[in-house]
Amino acid sequence: MSDPINVLTLFLFNIVLVNIPLLYGTVGEIVVEKSGSLDLGVEGTMAVGAIFGYLAGCAANSLAVGLLVSFLTAGLCGLLFAVLTVSLQANQNVTGLTITTFGLGLYFFVGKGMGERWPAMTSSSSLVGGYAALEIPGLSKLPVIGKALFSHNMLVYLGVTMAVLVWWYLNCTKTGLRLRAVGENPGAADSVGVNTLLYKYVHLILGSGIMGLGGFYMALYMSGSFEGSNCWINGYGWIAIALVIFANWNPVLAVLGTLVFGFFNTLQIYSGALAGTFPGALGWLSTVPAQLYKALPFIITAIVLIASSVREKEGSGQPAALGLNYFREER
Amino acid sequence: MKKILALALAAAMSLSLAACGGGNNGGNNSAASNPSSAVPAGDSDFKVGAIYITSQNDMAGYTFQHHNGITTAMKALGLDPADLIIVDGVPDTDDTAVATAIDTVVNQGADIVFGISFGYINAMDEKAAQYPDVIFSHGTGYMANDTNFNNYFGRIYQARYLTGIAAGMKSLELGNDSIGYVAAYNRQYAETCSGINAFALGAQSANPDAVVHVNVIDTWGDEALERQAAQALIDTYNCGVISQHCDSAQPQLVAQENNAFGCGYNSDMTEQAPNAHLTSAIWHWNVYYQTAIEAAMACNGDASKFVENMGGNAYYAGLAEGFVDASPLNEAIAAPNTKAVMDAVRDLMISGEWDVFSGVKLSYNISDDGKVEIVKLDAPLYSDGVELKDGVLVDRDFEIVPAGGPSVDDGVIKGSMNYNVAGVIEG
Repeated sequence: MSDPINVLTLFLFNIVLVNIPLLYGTVGEIVVEKSGSLDLGVEGTMAVGAIFGYLAGCAANSLAVGLLVSFLTAGLCGLLFAVLTVSLQANQNVTGLTITTFGLGLYFFVGKGMGERWPAMTSSSSLVGGYAALEIPGLSKLPVIGKALFSHNMLVYLGVTMAVLVWWYLNCTKTGLRLRAVGENPGAADSVGVNTLLYKYVHLILGSGIMGLGGFYMALYMSGSFEGSNCWINGYGWIAIALVIFANWNPVLAVLGTLVFGFFNTLQIYSGALAGTFPGALGWLSTVPAQLYKALPFIITAIVLIASSVREKEGSGQPAALGLNYFREER
Repeated sequence: MKKILALALAAAMSLSLAACGGGNNGGNNSAASNPSSAVPAGDSDFKVGAIYITSQNDMAGYTFQHHNGITTAMKALGLDPADLIIVDGVPDTDDTAVATAIDTVVNQGADIVFGISFGYINAMDEKAAQYPDVIFSHGTGYMANDTNFNNYFGRIYQARYLTGIAAGMKSLELGNDSIGYVAAYNRQYAETCSGINAFALGAQSANPDAVVHVNVIDTWGDEALERQAAQALIDTYNCGVISQHCDSAQPQLVAQENNAFGCGYNSDMTEQAPNAHLTSAIWHWNVYYQTAIEAAMACNGDASKFVENMGGNAYYAGLAEGFVDASPLNEAIAAPNTKAVMDAVRDLMISGEWDVFSGVKLSYNISDDGKVEIVKLDAPLYSDGVELKDGVLVDRDFEIVPAGGPSVDDGVIKGSMNYNVAGVIEG
């Protein structure tokens, strides 16, 4: 039987490693929603970022190119959403679902439908190297949390840094204030001279680009293998949308949300190991049906939704004009 | 501007209407020229229908294997590939969708309908009664009707035993008795359960101390979970070899990243993980499809003779018929003499002299010049003492088969095996 501390450490390590794409998706969606757009196309946007970022990264043998291309292609999905909903006033829910269908279709067409044998990730030393663990000096030597939190690949650190930066941008800068105004009441923002159209466009592209980075992460995590019948993203985009609510539109809370959701996601795989290692305290884990682990994050989201609607007036971070198209002439 | 747009839209609409109309006409014509499905044998008009769970365009996985099998069989029989009528993406949890898909292929003149997923069972049974002139053949199922409806499956456990040998010999070489197994399910399905058991027995025949740790992911295909499960097996139990019963090559990729080894499933995964993958348990579905299509064509239009032509309601073939096998061994990384042992045991199973779930244990004496002698020892087949009944684990007899006893019944292996052999640990 294996060392209990080791099992615990690896359990925590995997919670972070496996679920970081959720953080990218959530932070991206927060940026988008703060501008007043409800983009349900996260899954498709991430899929587009994943496949094109991966293929470009492989072709150029460069992590930076992969990141850039995933950001740009996913940003194009955001641009498409902006053209349809901001300029052409299409229904946001329907457009978002369309983007998901479109993005997944594009993923499967390029990944499988073209009959091409795409390169394996091992063929690109830069991608493999870029995804390798980067131990933070000092901190990574701490027991348990050193390995669990400070021995990850650089995209993990980038994701967390970005969440903090986005929080700062939203809450501590003038542009962030204007952005929130656009999301709360575009008419009012417009009347004081904020270019609402530009704000919506820019942040849809920016937010979608961030989602695309999460897709790229997932591509690297899956070693760029197209063997399975599912898309790499496999539902993370939908969980990200739920996480936005869980995090109350706060990017820093999204980090916590990612870990909570990730905890249950990873618990399913580790329940057997944990139950075997700690038969007394955690032995009951092996009797929990796996379906429950899959349902729990959403049950928690429902509870959070109820809780936040109870105290709606005080603390909800939901933009007041979320999901409503802004038509200037009707102001 | 608006006028141009309106014109363009109108043009597009009329074009699409014309296209739809054309399609309908085509459908009607073919139905008219082929009103009943009673087609004489040898007629080049013989049409094959197939209901797939994912897509014919897949490049790997379950549907890919079946599609490949059907097209290979049709080619071998000289049938026109255009006479294969497919409905893709039929969910196996929706009887109505399956029934509609069957109607579609029958209306297009299919003479035989293959349904590849277990969940199609009810709809296939119903439609076999509704269309007595059409032959129905259901993969992995157990229903049949003595006339125009049979089922087919294979002794994949025999192939798994062979891959188990490769894993066991590698574990012996590594000096690491811990072997991992990423499984879609375990005792919930006889298919997964018998596969795990056969693999474990194969591994134990080469390394008596081998322990197989099973991580169950509770879904047939989820790459992220497959990857996590394989990594967890390596991290937690220090497994040196990872086997799998799941869709993708992720467990093999994980094995490679961790400098471990692996045994795949469904397709030769050496290409994906050349430094880790030893051998896979694979299907040669074309063996069945060719047999079935030949039998169907020999019915001369009388679909009710199909089951008789097939020699029974259930087709259940194994290594001997070439229906299942272990993929070519990756000899560059396998333990020495693995191939010789696997070949010897394969021959033993093909001869019918011995089978996996019997009261006879195998072990191997390998001489210095690589000659393999198989040692047979009468020994009871032991379980781990529990079985899954109505979703709960209950105690059962440790002894499954007494020393020297005959193999467990085919019906149990195929349909009701709900216990693990000793040496398998779930979790």
